[in-house]
Amino acid sequence: MPATRTINFTLNGRPVSAEVKPHHNVVEMLQTQFALFGARESCGQGLCGCCTVLMDGRPVSGCLTLAVFLDGADLVTVEHLAAPGNLDPVQQAFIECGAFQCGYCTPGFVLMAKALLGQNPDPDDEQIRDYLSGNLCRCAAYPEIANAVKMAARKSKAGSTG
Amino acid sequence: MATTTVSGGQVGRSLPRLEAREKVTGRAEYTHLMQVPGMLHGKIFRSTVAHGRIKSIDTSEARKVSGVFGVYTSDDVRKVIPQPYYGPAFHDQPILAIDKVHFVGEPVAVVLAADPHIAEQAMQLITAEYEELPAVFDEVEAAENKVLVHAELKPAGTFADLKHLKGRKGTNIALDFRLRRGDVDKGFAAAAHVFEHTFRTQKVLHLALEPYASIADYRDDGVTITSSAQGPSFVRTEIARLLDWPENRVRIKVPYLGGGYGGKLYIKMEALALAMSMLARRPVKIALTMEEQFYTITKHPSTFRIKSGLDSGGRIIARKCEIWWNGGAFADVGPRVTQKSGFTASGPYDIDNVSIDSYALYTNLTPAGALRGFGIPQLVWAYESHTDMIARALKRDPLEFRKQNLLRDGRPQATGTVLKDAAIEKVLDRIAERLNWKAPFDRGKGVLRRGRGLAVALKAVISPTTSVAIVNIAGDGSTTLFCGTVDMGQGSDTAMAQMVGEVLNMPAESIRIVPRDTDVTPYDMGTLGSRSLFHMGHAVRLAAEEARAKIAALRREVGEPEGSNAPLGDLFRKKYGMQAGNIVGTGTYKPDYIPPDADGMTTNATPFWMVAGSGVAIEVDTETGHVRITRLINVADVGKPINPKIVETQLSGASLMQLGFSMFEKMHLDGGQVTNASLADYKIPGIHDVPTVMENEAVDTYQSNGPFGAKGVGELATFGVSPAIANAIDDAIGVRLTALPLTAEAVLRALRVKDSRPLGDE
Repeated sequence: MPATRTINFTLNGRPVSAEVKPHHNVVEMLQTQFALFGARESCGQGLCGCCTVLMDGRPVSGCLTLAVFLDGADLVTVEHLAAPGNLDPVQQAFIECGAFQCGYCTPGFVLMAKALLGQNPDPDDEQIRDYLSGNLCRCAAYPEIANAVKMAARKSKAGSTG
Repeated sequence: MATTTVSGGQVGRSLPRLEAREKVTGRAEYTHLMQVPGMLHGKIFRSTVAHGRIKSIDTSEARKVSGVFGVYTSDDVRKVIPQPYYGPAFHDQPILAIDKVHFVGEPVAVVLAADPHIAEQAMQLITAEYEELPAVFDEVEAAENKVLVHAELKPAGTFADLKHLKGRKGTNIALDFRLRRGDVDKGFAAAAHVFEHTFRTQKVLHLALEPYASIADYRDDGVTITSSAQGPSFVRTEIARLLDWPENRVRIKVPYLGGGYGGKLYIKMEALALAMSMLARRPVKIALTMEEQFYTITKHPSTFRIKSGLDSGGRIIARKCEIWWNGGAFADVGPRVTQKSGFTASGPYDIDNVSIDSYALYTNLTPAGALRGFGIPQLVWAYESHTDMIARALKRDPLEFRKQNLLRDGRPQATGTVLKDAAIEKVLDRIAERLNWKAPFDRGKGVLRRGRGLAVALKAVISPTTSVAIVNIAGDGSTTLFCGTVDMGQGSDTAMAQMVGEVLNMPAESIRIVPRDTDVTPYDMGTLGSRSLFHMGHAVRLAAEEARAKIAALRREVGEPEGSNAPLGDLFRKKYGMQAGNIVGTGTYKPDYIPPDADGMTTNATPFWMVAGSGVAIEVDTETGHVRITRLINVADVGKPINPKIVETQLSGASLMQLGFSMFEKMHLDGGQVTNASLADYKIPGIHDVPTVMENEAVDTYQSNGPFGAKGVGELATFGVSPAIANAIDDAIGVRLTALPLTAEAVLRALRVKDSRPLGDE
């Protein structure tokens, strides 16, 4: 087995280091070394979006991103979105719109929605569909998810102007 | 039957799921993500041939890999579990292959290592030699018994009506269900018109985003298995049987499920994880990859030959149904699918002469089980396509033709059981109204053509099954519910809490649901077949009512006046002098049921009927064959919705899942090998596949024997989708497809044949 390497990066706002092997992906590292399970591997091919994390602000597939590439990066997982006792507007909107059933894919959708609203605070239906087309929900809560993104956009706007 | 009418204001609330916060913050627990100290990972070496005798298995290279804990085959398994066969209907599935392999992907050996990558790498070094045997893949061919998948049938004894199959040899038929009503031959002889068609469905996958996972921790005095299971009680019984232990030494824990859809029913990876933990004397986790799900359990492919005779007035007077179910290499719950769906194979129609033969077949493919509908979507696909074809052939309006022949409350269904609380006509009428069926419809000209279609279906919920629940009120009045229904996304925890809250007059949000754990959670038959809301709902209601009666008694005992609304905690404090004590209410529910006789007749086939249908509007591109669904309408009879918002999400989600099975999902097979076993090659619906307009409606009904007037929902909106789309394609372009999926290629090929210019390779 190949040697481990030490990497230093920012995880959810805190500087951390991890011992990783060249074949470890981000999901495995988060689960085994940081007990963070919000990013989860499902298809293992970067096609379902269950493993989505934000790396330097960009959503990436945690199952296809090798952990060694995190050295020096800023990584945000779904666990970082909620302040204690206070959910992010995207999370709140997902709850209010019933935008999930089993919940396995939900962290990935929440992070993608967050990234979309960061780029485009007021997306239309087509922009929402295009941006979320790389995430799969086998329970098919897609109509509710699209509604949640729109509701989050309204909530965020109201929050920033109010 | 008495149903509670006291209003605690909880039933009918659209409150968000109780576990919503855990799910959106990524903190909900799933077996696939769990870790146990000291745990080993198991990686499975699988058969590469569809049918063969195992000549040798060479594990020597795998054992040499540094970090490997052990490599095991069935020889090892039999040292710890002498009879290592499991299954719900038949004890036919070995933990690891013994002497023979029966399908490509059957588990043959396992490598254990603390590092899953080492286990994986070593597993790749295992080799096996097989003496290949002839294989059978098609369900109709399998019925000819030229190639036998198993030498002898081994029914489990769990189901009394399978016992007669014990020891039967020379057959692939794991069950033949037979129904005879009236005299179908006389009916055909008297008919003015006779129509016969054959329909097929393809092999598709549940594809839960959380693949199957089990973690077993075996000790000499007991075993704990954490598992992604839809039926913890069944798993406990089956593991106890394999160990020849009493059930109370077996503990099954089930966290949330990342999707189930019927795949995680009964027993899947649990027995293998158990055997490995027994051999290793360490906790062992078996967590499958997405690819391995294609080798675990699938939906049944089917062939359905259906024949109808009509009198000159357009009444269906005879219907003959022959269905072959492709069950794959192990029976799983296929025989139950075959029998229970067989009850309603002739559809939601009032027909005097009916003959049904439904056959469960073994073949050399991945085993098939229940997938959101227990066989019903395959049947509806056939009978609602067939019904539409008859209407069109007779130049009858498909809606009016259906209404003329519809089964109505008070009339006997094919089994002889009288229909009650089944809003078939109401559902059909609402679909038609929403489609504006009677108004002129522009079918378009030129390249883009438009069409509409509808379909309606009936299911008898599976019976008899039992549920038990416990409500426990603590000394401060806070309330906990113990129930074995597994919340895999359907929102059962929320609905059950609403029912407890309704009886005890408490907000549903204040009620705690204990995660499923057979050490504390009482028996439940399983989370399947849309049964839980009805059966467990009644058990929960009864448990809460018993607790309520005990509260009233406590009130009297401590001298509170009648009608006092002193808080519960005060009552406990008055009795015990401090915050102490419990009130425990229990409830058990098992509906009445009369098994069908040799002709499939019974006066009580089911405690409730499930009714749903779909309507679609589509656009067909006649140059490419591409079908775009512009409108999808799902209407269902769910009784009174306990949580209307969750009901709507259930209807919408089920119909979109079935849309995938209708339009593109298909496991491609080559010599028994699945050639598209990954999400890259097996497409499931994504956000772009959602129809432009979706409408979901629960018609205004009340299930008279249901808990608070409610009944099950989970499978309903799968029923009508496939035939509604095929009927709309026919409506748009005059082409009839009789096999799923309805791909652009299939549409285009059929269109070109119709236009007498078939594509080159036909």
